[in-house]
This record gives sequence, C-alpha cells and structure tokens, in this order.
Amino acid sequence: MAILHILTYPDECLERISQAVEYFDDELRNFIVDLEATMRAGPGGVGIAAPQTGRLQRIVIVDVSGKPRVKNHGRLVLVNPEILAWEGHVLGREGCMSVPDYTGNVMRAERITLEACDERGALLRYELEGYEARAVQHEIDHLDGLLFLDRLVSRHNDLFRRKNYQGKSEV
Amino acid sequence: MTATTHHWFMLTVVGQDRPAIVARITSALYEGGGNLGEASMTRLGGNFTVMLMVYYAGNTDALVKLIAPVCESLGLKLHVDRIEGQLHRHPEADVHITVFGADRAGIVAQVTTVLAEAGLDILDLQSDVAGTEDKPIYITQIEGRALQGVAALETAVQILDGKGMEVHLEPIDLMLG
Repeated sequence: MAILHILTYPDECLERISQAVEYFDDELRNFIVDLEATMRAGPGGVGIAAPQTGRLQRIVIVDVSGKPRVKNHGRLVLVNPEILAWEGHVLGREGCMSVPDYTGNVMRAERITLEACDERGALLRYELEGYEARAVQHEIDHLDGLLFLDRLVSRHNDLFRRKNYQGKSEV
Repeated sequence: MTATTHHWFMLTVVGQDRPAIVARITSALYEGGGNLGEASMTRLGGNFTVMLMVYYAGNTDALVKLIAPVCESLGLKLHVDRIEGQLHRHPEADVHITVFGADRAGIVAQVTTVLAEAGLDILDLQSDVAGTEDKPIYITQIEGRALQGVAALETAVQILDGKGMEVHLEPIDLMLG
C-alpha cells in the first residue's frame, strides 16, 4: 500500500478525459488499494478520482460514512461509472484535494441513479442522494477533466436551502 | 515575490462608483511593480469600495505616491496600511446565517452580539438595504466558524428569530473530494 502524490491545479492531467478501465485484474485492485489509502490520508477527504493521482482511468472512490447524519452506501468503488438519471438540484460547499485552500458553492443534482463496476468488474446500480450524490458527481467530473472551479457559483447569495423546511408555525 | 524588501499592504479605496475603477487601480499597481493578494471589492450605496492586499517593494509613502494620481483622477479616497499578510490559510466556515427584516436601528448589533456570545467567529458579512424608501428591508448574510459548535448557534438563532426579523442558520457541510 502506498500513499500516492495528489496532482494540484494547474496540472494539465486534471483537465484531461480519462479512459474506461478494460482489465479488472490484480494490478487494478492494487491501485484501488493505494487510491483509497490516499483518499483516507487527506484530512476530511470523502472522495478521490484516479486522475488526481495522474492515472487517467475512470476510477472513483467515495466514502461518506464517516459524516454524521448522512445517508450513505459505505465504501463505494466505482469503475467506469455512468450517471443514468439526475433529479432535483441543490447547492453546497465543495473543496478538492487538487485545489488546496479554496472552497466554493456548486450546484449538483440532488439524486442520481448510477451504474458502475466494482473492482472485480461486476456491474452494480446505485440510487444516491444528497451529500453522497454530491461527492460522486464531484469525482466523476474529474474523469471528464472538470474541477469544481469550473462550476462555481457566487458565495454571496443565500444558496442554502433548509433541508427540512419548517413553516413559521412550527419554528 | 521573494525579494525580502517586499511587504504586504492593505489598500482601501472608496468613492463614487464609475466604470473602470478596478482596471485603473490594478493597472497602476501592476505597472509600479506591485503584486495583488486577496481582495474584496463591492458597491455599497452608490460608492465603490476596494479592500486590496498589495505586495510591494517600497514603503507606505511610495505606494501612496504610486496610486494617488489614479485615485485623484477618479475622485476616490485612498488609505494605505502596512499589514501582516497571510495567504493559504483560509479557515473554513461552518455556518451560513441569513438575517432579514424591516429595516430598523440595531438589527446588526443585536444579532451579532447574541451570535458572538454563542461562539460565532464571522469570516464574511454582507448587508444590503433592499425594498423601497418608505419600506426598506435589511438583509444580511453571514458566514463564520462555530467556535462553540453549531448547536450553540442554532439555539442563539432560535432566540433571535421572529423578534422583528427572520434569522436562518444553515450548517455548511463541506464536501472535500
């Protein structure tokens, strides 16, 4: 197991489109072990994409299970992920290991339907929402050469909707 | 940027808004060898306001001399302070708080006092007076750190909300990917 070097903007690798994984072999699985270790080595990191380490392949890991009160599927290894459906939209604050010392507001789909292979090549389907769906969309953007900087919206507007909106009589 | 003679300065520029203020000031700084750091520039009540970090090799007087002609030609007031500049150390905001209500004296003082007692460290605050002259609406958006936890601020917000104003708090769940 190794902690991989994280590329930071403006490394041109971060702007390139990653290729689909073809071989689900031990080499891939060893890389995924390193990729996960790299994600967990960064404080607060809940996701990572292979191109952030210079490997231009469509591999993403997300694990938001450490966040309190967040619906999640635990550790997600997503190889060749495809978002099949989007629903709703919500703004939230994002940061990125490849863009140190900056965070910004980004609009993401609230719910997504996703198909991806696991590290053994089995095709799985997921229904994701909220924070977990946001993390997956952020990481899949990396596979298409996009950073959250490409999707920034203003910090100076009231961008945060109450998740459980209560009428005035209930407040 | 590495020369030891360089220092950080905070440039404050205020005056009647007109087009090209930013371009004129920053061009003069660039041509005079100044490097820009972080900045906040916004229009407040018809005035354009600039708070701008500048990394510059000379002293305060030299920087004033560099910018003063531009400011004078644009009718802007200029103030320069030598500061301790820190880049690449952004603290992360934990909460976003919105306050709005019919404009009246004391809203900001009341809200920020209660929030400060509950541990709010303000990182950013923007206020607007909206509505009309006879029915002004005061709208403030605050981002900050919850030094005593978000729950303490939520309690404070409940105390404030409905007392002649609406106060909403939303925790900021940073997604770091």
